[in-house]
Amino acid sequence: MEVRITNVRKEFERFPALHDVSLDIKSGELIALLGPSGSGKTTLLRLIAGLEQPTKGAIFFGEEDASHKSIQERNVGFVFQHYALFRHMTVADNIGFGLKVRHGAARPSAKEIRRRASELLDLVQLSGLEKRYPAQLSGGQRQRVALARAMAIEPRVLLLDEPFGALDAQVRRELRRWLRDIHDATGHTTVFVTHDQEEALELADRVVVMSQGRIEQVGSADEIYDTPNSPFVYSFIGESSSVPVKVEDGEVWIADRPIGLSAPHVPNGEAVLFFRPHDIELLDSCNGCIAGTVAASRRLSGTRRVELEIGGERQRVEIELPVDHPAAQKSRVAFRPGRWKLFPVA
Amino acid sequence: MTTAPAQAGWRFRQPSVIPGFGLMLGFSLAYLTLIILIPLSGLVWRSAALGWADFWAIVIDRRTINALGISFGAAFAAAVVNVVFGTIVAWVLVRYRFPGRRIADAMVDLPFALPTAVAGIALTTLYAPNGWIGKLLMPLGIKVAYTPLGIVIALVFIGLPFVVRTVQPIMEEIDKEVEEVAATLGASRFQIITRILFPGLAPAIITGFALAFARGVGEYGSVIFIAGNLPYKSEIAPLLIVIRLEEYNYPAATAIATIMLALSFVMLLVVNLVQSWSRKRYG
Repeated sequence: MEVRITNVRKEFERFPALHDVSLDIKSGELIALLGPSGSGKTTLLRLIAGLEQPTKGAIFFGEEDASHKSIQERNVGFVFQHYALFRHMTVADNIGFGLKVRHGAARPSAKEIRRRASELLDLVQLSGLEKRYPAQLSGGQRQRVALARAMAIEPRVLLLDEPFGALDAQVRRELRRWLRDIHDATGHTTVFVTHDQEEALELADRVVVMSQGRIEQVGSADEIYDTPNSPFVYSFIGESSSVPVKVEDGEVWIADRPIGLSAPHVPNGEAVLFFRPHDIELLDSCNGCIAGTVAASRRLSGTRRVELEIGGERQRVEIELPVDHPAAQKSRVAFRPGRWKLFPVA
Repeated sequence: MTTAPAQAGWRFRQPSVIPGFGLMLGFSLAYLTLIILIPLSGLVWRSAALGWADFWAIVIDRRTINALGISFGAAFAAAVVNVVFGTIVAWVLVRYRFPGRRIADAMVDLPFALPTAVAGIALTTLYAPNGWIGKLLMPLGIKVAYTPLGIVIALVFIGLPFVVRTVQPIMEEIDKEVEEVAATLGASRFQIITRILFPGLAPAIITGFALAFARGVGEYGSVIFIAGNLPYKSEIAPLLIVIRLEEYNYPAATAIATIMLALSFVMLLVVNLVQSWSRKRYG
């Protein structure tokens, strides 16, 4: 099911949590809402579910305006970070709950509900645990049950709120791959919220980067990482270094020296230069480069992270060097970023 | 879930790193012995002096049986009423924000603090045939004061805080997400309450019921004013004990007390078993 969010605004007691957010989610897509806490990603998810009502704007499921439909009518599957399983019910009863509460003809027979529950347990690889209670399961198992329960109602959209947030790193990675497999097998339109960019980039077809109640950028993992369209996305996704620079006639300057980068389409004035610390070219002679004195050097597993003091303003940038690179021992290093981007200072 | 390795027979639980295990255990046992066990065994001892035949004669005496029936029956009825309305009161206090909520919350505790005789007199005045409420009930043919119904009302008053105060904290802990998830799965408000919330609250409700019931069985002060105290009709067991004491018939008094003790113990034991069963099951 396609989901269209048009110009949605949400205020909590006059405090805006989302400003004018619009987003098209394609049918069958696995999409991640990524952002720091307070960015509005969970609010957006809850609005889609109907757990909150938008202050302004509308949410469409397909062609149908769902904004004023009740939670029960929306038919969405929601999975919480802390599972929210029904403690007093067995695993099978948890999964069958959504079918059992239906009325009249919509309600399958008890036998059918049992069959469906065990089918879903097979899908989430927990066969044989029908009779267990949630207290008898591990965190990873509970989250699988929660997902099976959400899928039991054949939801139009599957919404996951930090589904792996409460699990340890090992289980998280495992479940991530598993969720991707399940999604590919079932084809549910799925929206999940995370603050873990690795999770978002690895898992999602498209990533929605959010900050302060706004969508900063929507795109595939490659687009988000390689062509960030705002300073926020550049610094939030992956490692980045930034230096304040000046642009004059298409040339980039740090303090009083040109650094050999040309930016013909950037207007004159102050700007910030962003680049990835590992994506640099080391230079022997500085004929238009960024040069600085080594202020600190740290060993990361495969590389060495070097902090350089550049220019006269004690500005520091970070770059990555191969562990055995002689430049790491030098007191002065010159380099030029490979891929970079300028954002004018407003 | 971690399971302790199987152990043969009884063993002391391994004391934790916190010191004072022996001291605290010893103190607790001594304290319980002094405060509860000695007085109660004194009771049993005194009634044992009666001999089996005399004891049995007192037990099957019509007046004793009726008094016990009234005490336990009224306490049971009052506890049932309290479970229903106490849960509703707790729900309102936990879930809604309204002006005067804190005052209402504090008011729940009044039956704890008020001398029970005061409560009894106040209720009698209200429900007597010429009282404010009694006057309205009279034309309907309902007589409250000086009947078993009056006893139930007094016990409802006394028992309310026990239910509210045991259910309230558990209700506050209910995870909102569990309700939200149930709603997304299509459950109506009513289904959420009956299928999700109520089963979660059941252990607390059972505890509240047990406490209110136990309190009701032993209540004396408020009941004697409103009950009318007609032998065989509205005479409660604690009153019968006092009457026997005033007649210097100590063996009869202790015998009735012993029966009450045994019945109460059995009922509380059953309630505790039900509770530990549900706790084991739902974790």
